[in-house]
Amino acid sequence: MPQRVYITGIGMISSIGNDTGAALTSLIEEKSGIGEITLLDTVLKDKYPLAEVKLSNEELLEIIGNSGKTNFTRTALLGMVAAREALNASGIEIPGKYKTGLISATTVGGMDRSENFYKEFLADPSKGHLIDIVNHDCADSTERIADFLGITGFMTTISTACSSSANSIMLGAQLIKAGFLDRVVAGGTDSVTKFTLNGFNTLMILDKNGCRPFDENRAGLTLGEGAAYVVLESEELVKAGNKKVLAELKGYGNANDAYHQTASSPEGTGAYLAMNSALQLSGLNPGDIDYINVHGTGTQNNDLSEGVALQKIFGEKPPPFSSTKSYTGHTLGAAGALEAVISVLSINHGMLFPNLRFETPMKELGITPFTKVIMRADVQNILSNSFGFGGNNSTLIFSKMNG
Amino acid sequence: MMMKPIYITGLGNISPQKTWDNSHFLEEVEFGETNYLRCKDPNYKEYIAGDMVRRMSRIIKMGIAAGKICLTDSDCTMPDAIITGTGLGCIEDTEKFLTNMIRNNEEFLTPTSFIQSTHNTVSSQIALLLKCHNYNFTYVHRGFSFESALLDSIIRLGSGESKTVLLGSTDEMTPNTLAILQRLGQYKRKAVRTQHLLKDQSRGAIAGEGAAFFLVSSTPGSKNYARIDALDTFYKPDPESIPLRITEFLKRSGKTIDDVSMVLMGINGDPANDKVYDDVTNRLFSEKPLGWFKHLCGEYQTASSFGLWLASMILINNRVPETVLLKGIKTSELNSILIYNHYRNLNHSLMLVSSV
Repeated sequence: MPQRVYITGIGMISSIGNDTGAALTSLIEEKSGIGEITLLDTVLKDKYPLAEVKLSNEELLEIIGNSGKTNFTRTALLGMVAAREALNASGIEIPGKYKTGLISATTVGGMDRSENFYKEFLADPSKGHLIDIVNHDCADSTERIADFLGITGFMTTISTACSSSANSIMLGAQLIKAGFLDRVVAGGTDSVTKFTLNGFNTLMILDKNGCRPFDENRAGLTLGEGAAYVVLESEELVKAGNKKVLAELKGYGNANDAYHQTASSPEGTGAYLAMNSALQLSGLNPGDIDYINVHGTGTQNNDLSEGVALQKIFGEKPPPFSSTKSYTGHTLGAAGALEAVISVLSINHGMLFPNLRFETPMKELGITPFTKVIMRADVQNILSNSFGFGGNNSTLIFSKMNG
Repeated sequence: MMMKPIYITGLGNISPQKTWDNSHFLEEVEFGETNYLRCKDPNYKEYIAGDMVRRMSRIIKMGIAAGKICLTDSDCTMPDAIITGTGLGCIEDTEKFLTNMIRNNEEFLTPTSFIQSTHNTVSSQIALLLKCHNYNFTYVHRGFSFESALLDSIIRLGSGESKTVLLGSTDEMTPNTLAILQRLGQYKRKAVRTQHLLKDQSRGAIAGEGAAFFLVSSTPGSKNYARIDALDTFYKPDPESIPLRITEFLKRSGKTIDDVSMVLMGINGDPANDKVYDDVTNRLFSEKPLGWFKHLCGEYQTASSFGLWLASMILINNRVPETVLLKGIKTSELNSILIYNHYRNLNHSLMLVSSV
């Protein structure tokens, strides 16, 4: 029998709070992090809202206890804050006698600083501060986090668009089951940049009023930023250390829609296959799922495709579902991990967090998300979806530890 | 970790040498006077429909062509997984969108280069062409990018979740990226005669690029280039600890240095980088035939995949091309090759491959 994989620590920073405690408060109070742009310097400032982390890079540096001058990117800084919280929550010590790895995801990497570099570089190739470009690549933030936490063993970075950090968690579980690692800090980080904001603007999938997932009148997504990590540990380690478990990672699945580079198939093929394979691995039936944290970006295309797939798996009466992107915005490479942390909070606090700004049911679907916090819920199993460009579809299933 | 060996049953390699035809093995090698080895282009229209070819940046074409050559080579129509690694991803499209955004002050932009700038574009495009709904991952960690993709393949083949994996790497160089990395001292500023790369003592490596794909399988196929016996990666090692890591690595696979027929190292022409290889050679492999390959493909984040391609071709042909052998004499029997590579002394990797 392969090892079971448990979550023993969680950490997150996003527009709804600088740690999981603050996020939980916002989730309960139905306080969205989406609002006017205050930090990003862009000409699109008054056109679209964003879900920014309301801290400058200097303030983030202070949080990680670094007052000196550094060339950390915003992506790395956000990652350090959230990864440290997860590690501290799990109570594991580094270095230790166990094989500990770090798997982080990002889509923009150090683009927040590359944008500054390129402005001068394009005018004169001998210009532009090198300190702004040296951290451009995706691995930079991962190595910064590893160095910050003292992780020297296995590390890697995943970039599969908006499913990236769900895939980090999936790889972490696979490496533990194979006996390659004993424990893994897994998640992802992304900062908002002009590059991504303008990119999604060219695709005309940004909602001027803030995203309205699964609403008939939805007009697109809202970009957000943040980072989130979970600590995964093997069954053996948890038993040996008599450790407190927050949830079990019971199922996971990745499938490719193989339909279009950016659009999802109308039948939701990839979404269906991902959910199906995660359910199979978990040994659970659709009827065992108590809540679905949907990908729900708020684009016309995603919500319809995902909705069709949900109906295919769960029928006309699915369990309560919501898109918490209505709180955090779409944090791209961090989204899967952020929603994993929110799912673990739901399991541990017996609360389900709603789909904000939902008004009108979609014509094509017979299902609607819930819109008010559900308290005192008995949450045994949660299914969480993360879908990305390139048809990259991932599903994770989190379960409560009983006894 | 003890791993179940996996088999390489197909190859597809687009590189600065003519490597896309697997029935030839470096009979002709091209040298020149340059600081950047650019990929030789096959006729991409043989692999990608004409209207699509025009819209694709170079890295996407390289990746798709290498992937398709590999699948055909192994007679595989639908792999159980597609797993790729890339250091900088689709950097040409990234630069294009970034440049337009800055020059036009965030106005009048079109989505194509943004869409194609996504790091998993190549693995997704291959899935799209094959209509392959299976597991699809892309790793983007400097000198661990390809190794992470290989590790994922090993784990999936070992657990039985996949029987075949299309494993690959892609990296492209652009004028802007070359200029930036030259300013950072990572690549040489002046052209060098590539066959005499090691005589040049100037700072920086020779730049390169490539797309190398492998069909890896949990069981031997009808054609087997090589068997991958072991993989290890280590980060920012203390230089003193490297020889021990290598001997321990061999020990875990039940091997000693004596069992290794040849060592391939990622020597790249940057004196500071190559010192790491010199030290290891002197301490462990002074008696071993030593080969190198970056004078053929240049340095890039996933260059170790060219090393794995080279080792596979050496083993199946039982021949070491003249230009590859840096030191030592050719042994008549080539059973086992150790590949040791490091990227900027941050990401070190070891791969052990054997003949089947």
